[in-house]
Amino acid sequence: MMSLDCPHCGPRDENEFHYGGQAGVAYPAHETTDEEWAAYVFLRDNPKGWFRERWFHVHGCRTWFTVERHTVTHEIRKAP
Amino acid sequence: MTHHPDFLWRDPDPRPAYDVVIVGGGGHGLATAYYLARNHGITNVAVLERGWLAGGNMARNTTIIRSNYLWDESAAIYEHSLKLWEGLSAELDYDLSFSRRGVLNLAHHLGDVREGRRRVNANLLNGVDAEWLDADEVRKFCPIVNVSERARHPVLGATLQRRGGIAKHDHVAWALARGADAYGVDLIQGCEVTGFELRKNRVVAVRTSRGRIAAGKVALAAAGHTSVLAAQAGLRLPLQSHPLQALVSELLEPVLNCVVMSNAVHVYVSQAHKGELVMGASIDAYNSYGQRGGVHVIEAQMAAALELFPIFSRVRVLRTWAGVVDVSPDASPIIGRTPVENLYLNAGWGTGGFKATPGAGWVYAHTLAHERPHPLAEPFGLERFSTGALIDEHGAAAVAH
Ligand SMILES: Cc1cc2nc3c(=O)[nH]c(=O)nc-3n(C[C@H](O)[C@H](O)[C@H](O)COP(=O)(O)OP(=O)(O)OC[C@H]3O[C@@H](n4cnc5c(N)ncnc54)[C@H](O)[C@@H]3O)c2cc1C
Ligand SMILES: [Zn+2]
Repeated sequence: MMSLDCPHCGPRDENEFHYGGQAGVAYPAHETTDEEWAAYVFLRDNPKGWFRERWFHVHGCRTWFTVERHTVTHEIRKAP
Repeated sequence: MTHHPDFLWRDPDPRPAYDVVIVGGGGHGLATAYYLARNHGITNVAVLERGWLAGGNMARNTTIIRSNYLWDESAAIYEHSLKLWEGLSAELDYDLSFSRRGVLNLAHHLGDVREGRRRVNANLLNGVDAEWLDADEVRKFCPIVNVSERARHPVLGATLQRRGGIAKHDHVAWALARGADAYGVDLIQGCEVTGFELRKNRVVAVRTSRGRIAAGKVALAAAGHTSVLAAQAGLRLPLQSHPLQALVSELLEPVLNCVVMSNAVHVYVSQAHKGELVMGASIDAYNSYGQRGGVHVIEAQMAAALELFPIFSRVRVLRTWAGVVDVSPDASPIIGRTPVENLYLNAGWGTGGFKATPGAGWVYAHTLAHERPHPLAEPFGLERFSTGALIDEHGAAAVAH
């Protein structure tokens, strides 16, 4: 089990958290084509390596936060 | 050991060019190669595998085979596959130990019951065998399931597909490999595809750890690594890679006569031919290529399994492992052409593509040979994510299928 560092509560076990996927996916700022809308809804990066992602401390303080995690080693570092 | 049994296929070096280069030597890549040769006479084909043949998800899955999906499109493609399974041992002249022992999908609450009954009706309309069992009938069909009303996860009923079952995944891979090899297909192991050579918007070659290989067409069959490869061709796909774990117990006398799946509590169980219990879990929530998952996922899966099967309470776990599965937004596969010319896609089978091995190979080979989707593959194109014509199988698939 991974340990995640909640900015409010400190390090806690992974199963206190809910995974939120890729960080920084912005809502389209203007009218979109179907392709742009599909990309917003369905396309996410899926890198083998470092990944900026969202976690939700659902069984704790209920804060959303962003970390960088390596998708092979599962190493976690603070998102810049 | 002084003697190695005969190898079932050659171990060739790559040639400089092929009509079709298949990336990934799992079940789907091998089946595609086999049917390209068998159905379309296309034999100037290479399957490039970065590890050894069928060492990915093909070696790691729990081998459940069924076709009782909800929507017409899914029922059609999975049923096509199931029909192929029914003749596959004879076709490949190899005992695949396909055992049609019946697959139960348990219902634990009213929502499950409604979904299950609806699916049975949909299956029957699609010519897929399906039955609804009430709790007492479940107990008769599978006596060791705890159907007590006081259970943590009460069993209110189940869908049953009698033609569903399990097979030996290694035998399937070996038989397909031997079959493809006999047609002259080159199965090349230890050959990682690291990039593509594009001319304008057309792929003309793959770069590999064993050099450049020119290709008339490139067919991705890389399961959990599809996004990594597609990114090399400048494509983003609606796929996320997750760990999916499974485990086996020590060997037991025959005790479980069918396959039992429970979407609500995230566990599926069968007893392998040798005697070990094979149990699958749900995916780990996060993206990963690490081929391992968290122990708490196994723990939750075991807790649910013991509620359903109190008789297993003292069984020991022998080993656990994980694969990397490519999960799509609607729990359905993505098959067909891509925005890059001559680059084809078969992916997104996620947690449930073993059952589709022959069917996917069949329709993918057809799609490659005719340069347009096989009718059964057509609804599963990439376009569906912008047209909105999703094929949402979360009900039939849930955490795993
Ligand atoms: C634990 C677990 C349980 C499962 N249970 C079931 C089940 O009960 N029923 C069911 O129907 N399905 C199940 N599945 C899903 C099923 O295993 C997959 O959907 C299916 O195996 C995917 O197709 P494949 O066999 O071709 O994949 P794989 O065997 O993973 O083949 C893909 C191949 O591509 C290769 N590759 C990747 N990148 C490259 C590269 N750059 N160059 C060259 N080669 C590359 C990999 O090494 C791999 O061998 C399960 C999966 C797991 C992990
Ligand atoms: Zn917190």
